[in-house]
Amino acid sequence: MNPTRRDFLKLTTVGGAAAALFGFDLKPAYAQLRTLKIARANETRSTCPYCSVSCGVIIYTIGDRAKNVTPQVVHVEGDPDHPINRGTLCPKGASLEQDILNERRLLKPQVRRPGGTDWEDISWDDAIGEIAQKVKKTRDETFIEKDAAGHTVNRLESIAFTGGCTDTNEFNYLVVKTMRSLGVVYLENQARV
Amino acid sequence: MSQATLRVQKISGHAGSVPGEDTQREYTVCKLIDTTTCIGCKACEVACMEWNDLPFGETVFDNTYQTMPETRWNYWNLILFNEHEREDGSLMWLMRKNQCMHCAEPGCLAACPADGAIVQYTNGIVDFQQANCIGCGYCITGCPFDIPKMNPKTHRVFKCTLCTDRVSEGLEPACIKSCPTGCLHFGSKDDMLDLAGKRAKQLRDHSNFPKAGVYDPPGVGGTGVVYVLHDATNPELYGGLPKNPHVPLSVKLWKGPLKWLGNVAMIGGLVGLFVHYLRYGPKAREEEDLAAKPGGGKS
Amino acid sequence: MTNGWIDIKNTDMMLIMGGNPAENHPCGFKWPVEAKRTRNAKMIVVDPRFTRTASVADLFCQIRAGSDIAFLGGLIRYAIESNRIAKDYLLNYTNAAFVVKDGFKLPEDGLYSGFDAATQTYDKSTWNYEEGGDLSGKHGGGTHAPAKPAPVKDGKPSPPHLPENVAYDLTLQHPNCVFQLLRKQYSRYTPEMVERITGVPKDQFLKAADLFTSIRKDGDTKKVATIIYAVGWTQHTSGTQTIRTAAMLQLLLGNVGRSGGGVNALRGHSNIQGATDMAGIFEILPGYLKVPVPTDTGFKAYLERITPKSAKPHIWDSWNYWSNTPKFAVSFMKAMYGDAATKQNDWAFHYLPKVDRNYSWAYIWDDMYRGSVKGLFAFGMNGVAIGPDSNKNIEALKKADWLVVGEIYPDETSEFWKSPGITQDEMKRIQTTVYRLPCAGFAEKDGAFVNSARWLQWKNAALPPPGDAKVDQEILARIFLKVRELYQKEGGKFPDAILHATWSYTNPQNPALAEVAKEINGKALADIQDPVTKQEIKAGQQLPGYAWLKDDGTTSSGNWLYSGSFTEAGNMMARRGTEDPSGLGIYPNWAFSWPANRRVMYNRASCDLEGKPWDPSRKQVWWNEATQKWAGNDVPDFKADSKPKDHMGPFIMNPEGVGRLFVPIGAVADGPFPEHYEPIESPIENPLHPQQSNNPIVKKFKTDSDKYGTSKDYNIVCTTYRLTEHYHYWTKNNPMNVQLVPEPFVEIPAELANDMGLRGGEKVKVTSARGNYVAKAMVTKRIKAMTIDGRKTYQIGVPIHWGYRGIAEDEGKTAKTAANILSPTVIDPNAWTPEFKGFLVKLEKA
Repeated sequence: MNPTRRDFLKLTTVGGAAAALFGFDLKPAYAQLRTLKIARANETRSTCPYCSVSCGVIIYTIGDRAKNVTPQVVHVEGDPDHPINRGTLCPKGASLEQDILNERRLLKPQVRRPGGTDWEDISWDDAIGEIAQKVKKTRDETFIEKDAAGHTVNRLESIAFTGGCTDTNEFNYLVVKTMRSLGVVYLENQARV
Repeated sequence: MSQATLRVQKISGHAGSVPGEDTQREYTVCKLIDTTTCIGCKACEVACMEWNDLPFGETVFDNTYQTMPETRWNYWNLILFNEHEREDGSLMWLMRKNQCMHCAEPGCLAACPADGAIVQYTNGIVDFQQANCIGCGYCITGCPFDIPKMNPKTHRVFKCTLCTDRVSEGLEPACIKSCPTGCLHFGSKDDMLDLAGKRAKQLRDHSNFPKAGVYDPPGVGGTGVVYVLHDATNPELYGGLPKNPHVPLSVKLWKGPLKWLGNVAMIGGLVGLFVHYLRYGPKAREEEDLAAKPGGGKS
Repeated sequence: MTNGWIDIKNTDMMLIMGGNPAENHPCGFKWPVEAKRTRNAKMIVVDPRFTRTASVADLFCQIRAGSDIAFLGGLIRYAIESNRIAKDYLLNYTNAAFVVKDGFKLPEDGLYSGFDAATQTYDKSTWNYEEGGDLSGKHGGGTHAPAKPAPVKDGKPSPPHLPENVAYDLTLQHPNCVFQLLRKQYSRYTPEMVERITGVPKDQFLKAADLFTSIRKDGDTKKVATIIYAVGWTQHTSGTQTIRTAAMLQLLLGNVGRSGGGVNALRGHSNIQGATDMAGIFEILPGYLKVPVPTDTGFKAYLERITPKSAKPHIWDSWNYWSNTPKFAVSFMKAMYGDAATKQNDWAFHYLPKVDRNYSWAYIWDDMYRGSVKGLFAFGMNGVAIGPDSNKNIEALKKADWLVVGEIYPDETSEFWKSPGITQDEMKRIQTTVYRLPCAGFAEKDGAFVNSARWLQWKNAALPPPGDAKVDQEILARIFLKVRELYQKEGGKFPDAILHATWSYTNPQNPALAEVAKEINGKALADIQDPVTKQEIKAGQQLPGYAWLKDDGTTSSGNWLYSGSFTEAGNMMARRGTEDPSGLGIYPNWAFSWPANRRVMYNRASCDLEGKPWDPSRKQVWWNEATQKWAGNDVPDFKADSKPKDHMGPFIMNPEGVGRLFVPIGAVADGPFPEHYEPIESPIENPLHPQQSNNPIVKKFKTDSDKYGTSKDYNIVCTTYRLTEHYHYWTKNNPMNVQLVPEPFVEIPAELANDMGLRGGEKVKVTSARGNYVAKAMVTKRIKAMTIDGRKTYQIGVPIHWGYRGIAEDEGKTAKTAANILSPTVIDPNAWTPEFKGFLVKLEKA
């Protein structure tokens, strides 16, 4: 047998219609044809986003990165080469496929206006434009150039930035660069709590 | 696809010889489960669900860390949690991965009247072929470990396949690969028994578990899943693991006198239909039934 | 972690306390299990509950949440009294022999010397070493100069500093030497006292003490023990000091720097080690550089304040690696501001905000509640659910002008305005504008995470973000560039730093993270040369490591610690070499480990004074006589050519060069030695000193939302934690994890349930001074009633994973409240981490 990804697509259910697919009746064949679902899927090496063990994970997507394919995740499994996890995963890491393919994911920018009782959609450009305006207004109204003793402090105490646990190093560095340049001192992270 | 490890050696409800029997050397595969290093994390439960794309179901909190009371037709691998107080007052929290034991002499297969619904490969894996299943549920009665479960909608019985699709490609089963502490191990039966024996000895010699031992019950010819237990004299402590499992007498009686029937291939099928009729009435097996998704499904 | 995940397999003894790695770090936990399986290593677990970690332990002790210092202090006493200590290590690699100033007082009454009750702060001038050389055998006082008053400058006394030539007594007999003070301090922590405070019965404590210290039985120096902890230690008002006690115990036993040893923090999230390194927290700049303060009148004054001078016995040597601080700081300013940072303008020092007080997590919410914080960015940070005191945080957000949330799922914080209990009318009165921006999940972005073992690992994007979601760096870049554009067009307050921050990325609107990573590593800005090897690096080339950094503006580096992670040879963080020639689990060619790719920190201490490994079967580094250099299977954490006879201390980041049993002057706010103080809400008065029950410098917060309970009204100790099946407030959106544990519960001792007539599965109401939480009861034998200071005391446990948005929540299956409704806003005085564990509640049937 030489299974193709198309076989996999149709064989996503257990005990499904393997017989019909291959054009012959399994009975009285005695070993059901079940193909390896990741046989030719694309492998991307990544790091589990949960705890700090940093398990290597392999994200399997269909499509060979050809232009006409939108990659679809079909499986996530531990990376056996990773020296720490050696292919193992915990119940959270093992369910990462459900995190990636989750129907609860946020898909569009939204805004809740003052006094609003629901979310409204907003375009990215409008959201970013409005946020920038608010940052500038808040900053200009409250920026502290000198403290009571006359020391130059160039500090902004009215805007806080809180960063999460799966922000990358590079993002965190950009946070430091942008926020410290704005004068932000309320700069905090999951690292604290 | 290499099917070297998927050559059939036993077939349920089948007359005559088994194709491929005695045609080549084989080894048996085996899972080793060391309950003394199991932390009940349930990675194996999830790996099983994810690899087999099983649909998610409802669960209800039941005063335990255990995901559900027992395995389901679409939940093949379940850690059983048991709090146990030792004589000295200290506590043990026993966790045991429960799934198909892949018995050398499978009670399910012995009980099954449907030709080819249950097969045993020469590597020891016992596999259900839902396409051939008639939904009689005899395998459920035949299993001393209470493992096979029926999908009430499609009347097909399911259980752990030992990831035949992975094993046949030279990979380890999904549960084995996922296990964080390495309390799960996979290899040949000989190697697993050797490892298990050494671990049990280590527990007796170094860890204050003088009754540590290996569970590979002879009543079912040994199993394709062996356990290391802190106390091998009390397997019942681990969520009712039977001390001396065996194929139920009723199955043996039923299959014994019926064996002669197998000489006539057609009749095997008829018996199957008859049993099916007795249990579920005249509703015929439908084609879409065979193709039906087992409910749920992922986004 | 001083060591690493895999290195744990090399240990002989484990103390797992303040952490539950089997549940929270299962895949890392394979290495403790490996040590058990392959070395017959022993595992001691100390926890308020019999956890899944405890289920594979050799010995379990149930401890009262928040009493860890008492237990560890008892271990220190036991190790000293039974002479199970690493004598040579202690004498040469720690400050045991250093003599402390006259006038320093131990906290027998709960207070160290120098306490000012009005400000709740300490004058730390006596928390220092004596000046003045060898006092060996000269104990009895009077041989050294009396303490001089601090010199006065600008009308204020200058902050105390360490003496350059520290007084010492190599016989360890001087009554004021660190070792004698240490012995005295913990002499009070008898097994009986440990039992009174912790609830661990004396005989059980002694069993644990005997087992743990057995590695140093009969003068053995080969064996090694590790201590493993997590937020079970940090989330207390005694957090930092608890970890210090553990470090002191490990120094006493000679376990730090050694393979299979160390003090190992298991961090709870994939990149909070990276976020700490990269200064995602207010008090530091990248690479643990201290933030500037208002009195730093210029860059020179700033450097002077933050660059330590070596302080040691004159007969010893100290590398004092932080003496390189100016090189790291100037290179950082060059990375931030490029050509706008020049020697002439003090490297644009005025661009950086000057920090004058505490701006940590709890203060964000406190000051937002008080109305001074007007806008909040929350990128993957669910402050309402994280707490503490979720209700206070919701009230705070109601007072903010705007909130920008970047998330992948709908969360409690972005929907605070429709949290349970808020009516439509009230909603209409909430004036906060909330933007919720869909971000990319981990699989949709590349970049580096830093694990607990300090490994920087690059990951690859597998697919694009779904829908209109965007990668975080694009969102941040676009907001920043839009703000910059507004300042360019309209002007405004002090726009200089905004206008001059370097932003020369190929795609400024969406910087490639690999480009950012290169900037962080650093490059030469002019041709530079190594004065010894004459090796040259051309302008524009990536630097091979931080040893190349200069303080003259010819190099730039966004974070000196990460220098070496992206060199001319490419992205070191993406390396995938699986070879481990030593078998110690070092994997030198896998990814990149800060600092300088070394895997076990302070590894010089793995050798004796002559430079030979304490245990030849675990060879990490060693002195090579032939080459006159340190060599190793790991990268030596040491000056490569420092001869053993020069006696350079292995703890190169301390100005003393040695490990600190006693922490001098400013480094710790509440005492040079840890002392047991009761949690802010405690069932008893502190048996050590009832008149000073709590940590004297811990301040309660004072808004009308900050309420603290007493044992009169709240009789049960409550701790909060995670389950292995869930991850924080994230997997409540994942159907697989929800199937594993579908709904919240409260773990309750069977005995208490019996008293209450409560059965498992029935609903209970947990009430603290802040609020109440309803969930089903899990009645278990795994938490037992305890006797605390003679009084029967119960503990219960509340897993944290639920809130008001999630699969179960949206289906109406939970009470829609966050566990942190219960926890108090009160913080550790050193790390400012809230006391999420060990507060008081009462329990009723719901």
